[in-house]
Amino acid sequence: MSTIAHDADDFVAPAEIPEMELYHPKTWLGKYVFSQDAKVIAIQYAVTAMGIGFIALVMSMLMRLQLGFPDSFDFINPSVYIQLVTMHGMIMVIYLLTALFLGGFGNYLIPLMVGARDMVFPYLNMLSFWMYFLAVVVLVASFFVPGGPTGAGWTLYPPQAILQGTPGAEWGIVLMLVSLAIFIVGFTMGGLNYVVTVLQARTRGMTLMRMPLTVWGIFMATVLALLAFPALLVSAIMMLFDMLLGTSFFMPAIVSMGQPLDHTGGNPILFQHLFWFFGHPEVYIVALPAFGIVSDLLSVNARKNIFGYRMMVWAIIIIGALSFVVWAHHMYVSGMNPNFGFFFATTTLIIAVPTAIKVYNWVLTLWRGNIRLNVPMLFAIGFIFTFINGGLTGLFLGNVTIDLPLSDTMFVVAHFHMVMAVSPVLVVFGAIYHWYPKITGRMMDETLGRWHFWITFVGTYAIYYPMHYLGFLGVPRRYYSIEGTNFIPESAMSLNAGISIAAFIVGAAQLIFIYNLFISYSRGKEAGGNPWEATTLEWQTADTPPKHGNFGKSLPLVYRWAYDYSVPGAEKDFIPQNVPPSSVEKGTDETNQ
Amino acid sequence: MTISLLFMGVIMGVVAWWLLKQTVDTSPWQADAPYAASEDFSGRSLPQPDAKLVLIIFLVVVTSLFALFISAYLMRMTMASDWRPLPDPDLLWLNTAVLILSSIALQWAHVAARREQLDSLRNGLFVGGFFAFVFIGGQLLAWQQLVDAGYYVHSNPANAFFYLITGLHALHLLGGVVAWGVTTIKLMGGTEVARLRLSVELCAIYWHFLLVVWLILFGLMLST
Repeated sequence: MSTIAHDADDFVAPAEIPEMELYHPKTWLGKYVFSQDAKVIAIQYAVTAMGIGFIALVMSMLMRLQLGFPDSFDFINPSVYIQLVTMHGMIMVIYLLTALFLGGFGNYLIPLMVGARDMVFPYLNMLSFWMYFLAVVVLVASFFVPGGPTGAGWTLYPPQAILQGTPGAEWGIVLMLVSLAIFIVGFTMGGLNYVVTVLQARTRGMTLMRMPLTVWGIFMATVLALLAFPALLVSAIMMLFDMLLGTSFFMPAIVSMGQPLDHTGGNPILFQHLFWFFGHPEVYIVALPAFGIVSDLLSVNARKNIFGYRMMVWAIIIIGALSFVVWAHHMYVSGMNPNFGFFFATTTLIIAVPTAIKVYNWVLTLWRGNIRLNVPMLFAIGFIFTFINGGLTGLFLGNVTIDLPLSDTMFVVAHFHMVMAVSPVLVVFGAIYHWYPKITGRMMDETLGRWHFWITFVGTYAIYYPMHYLGFLGVPRRYYSIEGTNFIPESAMSLNAGISIAAFIVGAAQLIFIYNLFISYSRGKEAGGNPWEATTLEWQTADTPPKHGNFGKSLPLVYRWAYDYSVPGAEKDFIPQNVPPSSVEKGTDETNQ
Repeated sequence: MTISLLFMGVIMGVVAWWLLKQTVDTSPWQADAPYAASEDFSGRSLPQPDAKLVLIIFLVVVTSLFALFISAYLMRMTMASDWRPLPDPDLLWLNTAVLILSSIALQWAHVAARREQLDSLRNGLFVGGFFAFVFIGGQLLAWQQLVDAGYYVHSNPANAFFYLITGLHALHLLGGVVAWGVTTIKLMGGTEVARLRLSVELCAIYWHFLLVVWLILFGLMLST
């Protein structure tokens, strides 16, 4: 079947098409609102994600107010507190990190880095963003419905998620589930696009093994997300059925508020399996793009090729495949068969092997590099620290016997914030400082950036390091108040107050970043086309910021991998991917544009 | 979760195997000139048209969705003793036959489009679409029969799963009907057959896929 061309154009290599027929809108609305240009969509995604993420940041500050200084704030009662916990977690994991890495960086970087004019299906791409936007609107709407947003915890475990007495049990949970379903549909549209673009729309010469690791990370994360999000959709649909139609998928026979409910025989553990079948790959959906981006930041700023490129690619692939067989390590305390626990502990520890390979390779990339300690590099190195930290505590929690006492304590909070909150967010910041010059044509302010980095980096350690200790003391997580618990010493309260103060400082430091984003847009130093002297294709565009169609008249041809830094004998310490070998030998530096 | 795990295992196995095969025998650090119009250097990894590839990947995603439902079905069935299988209405056998006919008709349309036979193409499309509508109507009728017999969605998990899974399957078919409608309108509007070939082929693939899904789901419901 595939040998018959339905349309001859499909079989001409993209690089030979002088200018792809893109839909060029005439109106302002078509250019900036309902745009089909991946770069505009990327910015829409990023702005929406960072907007909602800022709300979640404010929520965490409110939580810290309560934890650090209990009984001082009347507007935070137990219901509000658990609602804050829930929405903070859900927004940060799904609506901020997933959307920003895949929708934001994915849309901006994939076409530019692989040398395509746009995503393969621009219209679908536009729909993807607007579905995401709708999901965010529905999510925000849940703050204004009677009862407020759901307070079920970000994992939305039944039965309590839909029982009376849980905040938002009437409206909040329904809107939450609907919003997730819309998000998943929207993401699938985008995700199909990213995968097909990487597979089919690369420019001539851009073999898979010449792609920058950023693209590899985003590509594999998208594959994971496409396969894992259906599990969340399934659990959301089934929970909606339980809630609205009275079925008993997850709801056991239960007495609520003195009234026996009609449900019988359902099993909450079923939900946990489905949820974590999505939930664990989700960790890698967030982590793999971060791995990819950080590899590129390190290589550019160490002026060295990434150490062990092929290993890095294979590690990404293997981590992706393994991420589907570790989900039940989130369920050690669910009363499962110990043999099960043993199996999942083993797979969990195995996944540490490819991850460790990546960490070694990052460190070895720095070894004897000609390091430029600019702001993106600071964030990239900061990431290595926080990721190793969070990864090591993961070894504790991956073992059943150690997990049992530590589960549901602050230790877990410290662990996952270190490994999948702070680490990816540091990469997000680094990546924004790195690519902002390409997106706007201006550099971000260096001094402000350094302040932002040091306060954030040191501050997060001040927040999460002591939290491990609280966990060892047995301070439970998700608790509104730990008053009256005798085993927790008074000093833990002072520690909590200290953590809160550090959190406020870090929170306030993010305002520096936002100020920097705005001020640099108009007052930043002119960046030029390639301020970091990087090799990847997005820095070789004819215009900065790149116009619709990305590469001007003709697409670049790729002659080399993305990591030709400090090549012996070359005139400069970097050779862009589109420089042919012949011009390097002659000592000239002309690109083939 | 065995079914889902098996499915994910197969898919991730295929993805990882394919990617490793593409990447194992390369020396990425070597620069070279990609002059020859060699296929090795084109940016396309697979010979399929983009639209067909995206459909296939989408079908993998949908398979993941149904595999998870089947996993949930099998787990819920054994987790509690309240499972009372509902009688499978005879109508479902008829519906199955209708869906098979629909799939055959679209295959016929696909072959006709390949041979540029306008009349057969038109007939195949119409018959295929018609039977798809009949199938959806038949499913609704089956629902009606069960509800009339007192098998409500909330009275037993077996019922709930039946309505949920058949409903979801029908929704997917309805999505296909939209694509079928667009293709048919284009055909009626006088678009050349050659330009519709891919759309017809994609419709046929999607129909076959939903038929296989239906056969698996039906088999599951019959056997439990």
